Amino acid sequence: MSDFISANLPYLLAGISTGGQYALIAIGYTMVYGILRLINFAHGDVFMVAGLVMVYVSASFGPYVAIPVVIIATMALGFIIERAAYKPLRSAPRMSVMISAIGVSYLLQNCALYFTGGLPQIYPAIPFLAKSVTIFGATTKLVTLITPVLTIVLVILLMLLINHTKMGMAMRAVSKDFETSQLMGIKINNVISITFIIGCFLAAIGSMLYFSNYTSVIPTSGGMPGLKAFVAAVFGGIGSIPGAVIGAFIIGICENIIKGLGLTEFSDAFTFVLLIIILVVKPTGIFGEKATDKV
Amino acid sequence: MAKKIIALLLAVCLIASFCACSGGSKTGDTIYIGVYEPQSGSNGAGGKQEILGMQYANSLVNTVEVGGKTYKVELVIADNESSTDKAISAATQLVSKKCSVVLGSYGSSVAIAAGDTFANAKLPAIGVTCTNPAVTDGNDYYFRICFLDPFQGTVLANYAYDQLGAKTVYCIGELGNDYDQGLINYFKEAGEALGMTIITESFPSDNSDFTSYLTNAKNQNADVIFAPCSISYAQLIIEQCSTQGINTPIVAPDTWDSNVILNAAKGTDLNINVTTFFAEGGNPEFESGLKAWINGDSKNLANNGGDDTISAVTVMGYDAYNVALAAIKAAGTTDTAKIRDAIASLKTTGITGDISFNEIGDANRNAAYIKNANTETGAWDFVAVQGVA
Repeated sequence: MSDFISANLPYLLAGISTGGQYALIAIGYTMVYGILRLINFAHGDVFMVAGLVMVYVSASFGPYVAIPVVIIATMALGFIIERAAYKPLRSAPRMSVMISAIGVSYLLQNCALYFTGGLPQIYPAIPFLAKSVTIFGATTKLVTLITPVLTIVLVILLMLLINHTKMGMAMRAVSKDFETSQLMGIKINNVISITFIIGCFLAAIGSMLYFSNYTSVIPTSGGMPGLKAFVAAVFGGIGSIPGAVIGAFIIGICENIIKGLGLTEFSDAFTFVLLIIILVVKPTGIFGEKATDKV
Repeated sequence: MAKKIIALLLAVCLIASFCACSGGSKTGDTIYIGVYEPQSGSNGAGGKQEILGMQYANSLVNTVEVGGKTYKVELVIADNESSTDKAISAATQLVSKKCSVVLGSYGSSVAIAAGDTFANAKLPAIGVTCTNPAVTDGNDYYFRICFLDPFQGTVLANYAYDQLGAKTVYCIGELGNDYDQGLINYFKEAGEALGMTIITESFPSDNSDFTSYLTNAKNQNADVIFAPCSISYAQLIIEQCSTQGINTPIVAPDTWDSNVILNAAKGTDLNINVTTFFAEGGNPEFESGLKAWINGDSKNLANNGGDDTISAVTVMGYDAYNVALAAIKAAGTTDTAKIRDAIASLKTTGITGDISFNEIGDANRNAAYIKNANTETGAWDFVAVQGVA
């Protein structure tokens, strides 16, 4: 029995920790969608930029200074992207905003390509995350164990913010109806900015956890995790935060179990097959709001 | 009003950029050598090191005499982004720049993808470290100066069996990558002939989580891991091996011969063995010159991965440039079809040994260097020169 555990625990651990990291990115997708009805394709690249900022700041000032700098810089980046690329298009058709998002995504990737010269950057070891620990005969990094706990704590805090504060109430109002909430005196531009800032804060935390495990940052690093987090958000019902988190954990764990079964070629295919099945069977996702037709 | 001014400025810029283009048209006294290499993507680091060798060679000799006239030699660099769908446009770029000969690429997949483009333009290409047989096979215009994967795979399988005493080998490569999958195939053929059990698995592109693969290797009692993947993945594999406490010996092909690997392996207790084209210490005079050149420019130093460890691909790049020059000189003309014939019959000696080509266009090479990563000093230890019995 103990042999069985030590042989199979690493798959589960890897699954839970990747799930947690996808969850932190997925929340960013789902919140922005909930409020703006916009799929922010640049979100995965914001995650990658957070990784690169960590690499460069940590090289000059050490990891402890770098952590707050990364968080603040990523939040600022989210704010700037929203103000520069999405706000001017507020009254434009939704398709234009989405194309603008794709543009921002490529802009960030190409800037990263320019700054790194295309070379993979080694992510610095954050001392308390990179420590190795052994549980039940399986050795892993401490970050693997911290990730799910931290993810759940952050999600609970976020739910409290949304359900029990004035700002949260404003967010819920804006997500229900843009114009009416504006008439009620809600400054929707501020609410939208705060949504982006929260999403980017979580992406910054997610990038620290993710890159502590997989220590190489390249300009396309944000692509795959971003895409999978997006699938997780759709899977859980886009617009729903608990849905995104549960979807992310399911995808992370299933992916690693499939690798463990020896079907390594199919681990990515699985994620996207899951997306198709969900869209066919339950188009709004597990926790998705029912689409109501206004007549 | 402001908009009109901006529009006017943009128009002026546009015209200015057209002028710049026509101003840059070339004079008749320059020969262009195309450099077809990845500078970004998963093979970016290796491609840059290979280019360094060519640039160093170009800095030493940048003229060539053809038919009694001295031509200046200039490198034209095109980035194939390590990706087969960007390969053709990079190759076309070199064809349209009227290059006389092309060097590269690091990574066999992109070389295979661009093969037809070069052949149709009758532009001879010299592969530097692309080891997959399909690069030159059936292509009259593609040559190469390195050994081939069937040879390399067999050498590695023999090494794993004889020196590391392996019974079970776990092979892992990138899905759809000709280089990775080709080597795994040859390794498997040779390994099974020796009586080893070979397990093969693949990971999708842009994968960064190797923990499950390594757990698979451990659970199937692999004695040796064979990982013929590019450097970016290699770095992650090393890191995750060491954090998971898996210290199964790793054997790897020429891609792993890079200081990126040394830096990742430093301070771990891993046993990493690679086959390569050249071992540092073989030609001290050449090496000190190259090191001084790399250290002399911070850009070169960054492209070499931050230190002056000499990678075998850099030396191969140097040799490739000199082969190209020798061929142009032997052809006595800038006609690309004649240069092609000159390469085919060329016999020369480079830093990495004697270079001549067989009828397919492959170099006649029958020895590989095996090196072991020293995890304390962060340098390569030379192990042996190995051929195939």
